[in-house]
Amino acid sequence: MAISATVNGRAVQLDGPPDMPLLWALRDLLGMTGTKFGCGIGQCGACTVQVDGKPVRSCVLPIGELDGAITTIEGIGETEEGRRIQKAWLSLEVVQCGYCQCGQIMAASALLARDPKPDDAAIDAAMSGNICRCCTYPRIRDAIKEA
Amino acid sequence: MGLFGLLDDNRLPTLGRRKFLAGSALVIGFAFANSARALVPTTGLGRAGALDAAATGFDGFVPDGFIRIGTDGQIVLVVPSAEMGQGIATTEAMLLAEELEVGLDQVEVALAPADPTAYNQSILKGQITGGSTSVRAFYLPLRQAGAAARTMLVNAAAGLWQVPAAECSAARAVITHNPTRRAASYASVAEAARSQPVPKDVQLKNPGEFKLIGKPLKRVDTPEKVTGAAKFGIDVMVEGMRYAAITICPTIGGKVKSVDDTASRASPGVVDILRIEDAVAVVGETYWAARKGLDLLAVEWDLGPNADMSSDDLWDGLRNAKATPIVGKVVGDPDIALASGVRIESTYELPYLAHAALEPINTTIHMQGDRCDIWVSTQVPEIARVVAAEILGLPIEKVTVHPHLIGGGFGRRLAVDTIQQAARFGKLANYPVKIIWTREQDIMHDYFRPAYFDRVTATLDPKTRLPSAFHHRTTGSTVRTYYDRKPWPEGKLDPDTLGGSVDMPYAIPNGKWEWVRQDSPVSLNWWRGVGEGHNVFVIESFIDELALAAGKDPIEYRLAMLQNNPRAIAVLKKVADASGWGGKLSARRGRGVSLHHSFGTFAALVMEVEVDRYGEVYLRNGTIAVDCGQPINPDGVVAQMTGGTLFGLSAALHNGVTFKDGRVQESNFHDYRQIRMNEVPPFQVFVMPSTENPGGLGEVGTVSAPAALTNAIYAATGVRLRSLPIDRKLLMEKGHGDEVAGASYQSKTITSQRGVAQ
Repeated sequence: MAISATVNGRAVQLDGPPDMPLLWALRDLLGMTGTKFGCGIGQCGACTVQVDGKPVRSCVLPIGELDGAITTIEGIGETEEGRRIQKAWLSLEVVQCGYCQCGQIMAASALLARDPKPDDAAIDAAMSGNICRCCTYPRIRDAIKEA
Repeated sequence: MGLFGLLDDNRLPTLGRRKFLAGSALVIGFAFANSARALVPTTGLGRAGALDAAATGFDGFVPDGFIRIGTDGQIVLVVPSAEMGQGIATTEAMLLAEELEVGLDQVEVALAPADPTAYNQSILKGQITGGSTSVRAFYLPLRQAGAAARTMLVNAAAGLWQVPAAECSAARAVITHNPTRRAASYASVAEAARSQPVPKDVQLKNPGEFKLIGKPLKRVDTPEKVTGAAKFGIDVMVEGMRYAAITICPTIGGKVKSVDDTASRASPGVVDILRIEDAVAVVGETYWAARKGLDLLAVEWDLGPNADMSSDDLWDGLRNAKATPIVGKVVGDPDIALASGVRIESTYELPYLAHAALEPINTTIHMQGDRCDIWVSTQVPEIARVVAAEILGLPIEKVTVHPHLIGGGFGRRLAVDTIQQAARFGKLANYPVKIIWTREQDIMHDYFRPAYFDRVTATLDPKTRLPSAFHHRTTGSTVRTYYDRKPWPEGKLDPDTLGGSVDMPYAIPNGKWEWVRQDSPVSLNWWRGVGEGHNVFVIESFIDELALAAGKDPIEYRLAMLQNNPRAIAVLKKVADASGWGGKLSARRGRGVSLHHSFGTFAALVMEVEVDRYGEVYLRNGTIAVDCGQPINPDGVVAQMTGGTLFGLSAALHNGVTFKDGRVQESNFHDYRQIRMNEVPPFQVFVMPSTENPGGLGEVGTVSAPAALTNAIYAATGVRLRSLPIDRKLLMEKGHGDEVAGASYQSKTITSQRGVAQ
């Protein structure tokens, strides 16, 4: 039986088993490939989405456990913080390969929503769960401050 | 060969009805203010890219494989190198646009499709992206292509106006007849330009005339990367596509012995099981269905000849290798010079490393009888095509490789083992299937950066205390056996094994550099920094040890050996000044330096670290100076230097792949740790102004990193780390506790160092 969910403000039916991680439901059932597979164990943050505005690792969140409205990278630009983060990311040219950046942006916009002027410690706390193998970290830090 | 050494003039397209506009409807664009437009999908260019414009009915101007100018004004620049984050799509587009006289805001950029000839580069002799070669190889050809196209457009306009071409100039896609100020857009003369002869010789701009080169321009690939729209290989969606989760024999050279797939086949959503010699795939309607089916699969392995392989054995082999050394270079008479005077010797050990790009290995393949399509992120699209065709038993032209954005390359996507595996699976399926490796498989079944054992010996001149003789012997295997897909000849030097060492920037009167070959069953591959990444750690660590033995400051000591090397001197002095080198630091802090000349680029790095009493190392500051010749996009230079340096620091701080019972022991980011935001210090990057030929950049920072780190740790603790990753236990035990105060090489004696004999 399909599971009902709200993704980027839209009601959707997820036709998968309850233990299916949200990551694969988004990618394979909804064709929304902006959310990335990186490690599968909640270690790298590439799969970060927001549930009711809080950053969540979708690779370890079964769709049967969903409780709240989901926002993904495809929809984050519709939020004030997401729009500002995306703009700052381009303004400071943060991105290199870009594979982790959807997750970085989801984590950074959640941070900005709860702390409009995060200091370095707040940025460390909010962003250290997201690995960037191109190591764009200094520009991520600067862009969060600029946003 | 055509004018540019890349193209065959016969392949220039002929007349045809334009259909390319339909392709432009596919453009995935996002309207961010002032940003460049998005990448054009390769599919919009037809099977063989811009060269094959005729086949897609394009009626604009296509002088070569790189440039398409439509009669509607659309300008597409096709960039030959793979984009894996290094910003090459932008850099190469700038080279084309500079001489074509268009702005980056006026063009769309497409990644080149796989093609046997059109996009080959001169250094690596193929359509290959690696070794920090792209800008070095394409700096002239792409500018020549742009200049030739501009010349043809200008000549076409001059012909229409019946004026001398010399009276016309071009800027921002408009040709002007200067005496009359008459103007024509490139679009308006695109059709006429087609019949212009390709110029035999073109005049390129002097650096003083550059409008784009040297300016910090916005990247063309990033707008779609901040919205989730960018398509990496793993994001490919093909009609009717299935998903495969696989299990691979855990040992190198092992095989599948037997498979019981009864339970797996009964699992919901499982549609097929595919078995090849050393792996089994469970195919599902979704990736999750495949993964769940895989959990129920019972496979028995024949573990093969390497079932007992261990790191201990591999290291014994490296440390005790008996092969005759292959001499790479001799200067003066090192044997005599080494026999007299104070002799200093150290050994260094570097681990196997996995690439751990964030996009896990994946390949999508569709075998359809007499043809096959492959969608994949690869640094070698044409090699991918060749090896897939071999396995599939198809003529090469029946295999189409669709290159995608790469979610981190670092060398991993120079290997085609994963594409060969996909071809073996794909041959068994008559439907499109996307094979996705787990992170664990991505790390455990990587083709690794080789491990190395190095011994360096020097004697010091009694007066100057500079090296009077120098001997570097490195022991390890060669990547070439794997990259070339055939054994590297016995007794032949693989220059990569001594890269960054034979060409060290220092003046050495007597020296010998040699390689002892010690092959192992471990599959190997290039890793960001390649041979230089290994050797510069060894050389720059040892130079620091010599400075200490000589009682000299490490930067002063290096400067004394750089008399005829002004570019090296300049970057070294720059980091010394900017880092506050020599300034007092608080207890347990230290600064370390490294210098090298690799890939045509000079780079110096000063790292400042703090080491606590438990041996944990904290990065406090980084100062980088780089002379890469003419910088193309200075903002990209800064990004590559910072990211590359941190990439190297991440490995030096955390990474080493180990083996036990034939299996890789590390598996995911919990035990193959990567540097994270909270570990990253501020960096200053200085790009030296230059109009010399451009050097490479992708690997330069990574090469600088480990020696500067361990030299700084020595300055902070008095402990010389001669193996990587850093040994926190040793730092805790031998790090001199709280009495170490600041960085003062002179205050420490050589006797405090393990393994240094006087």
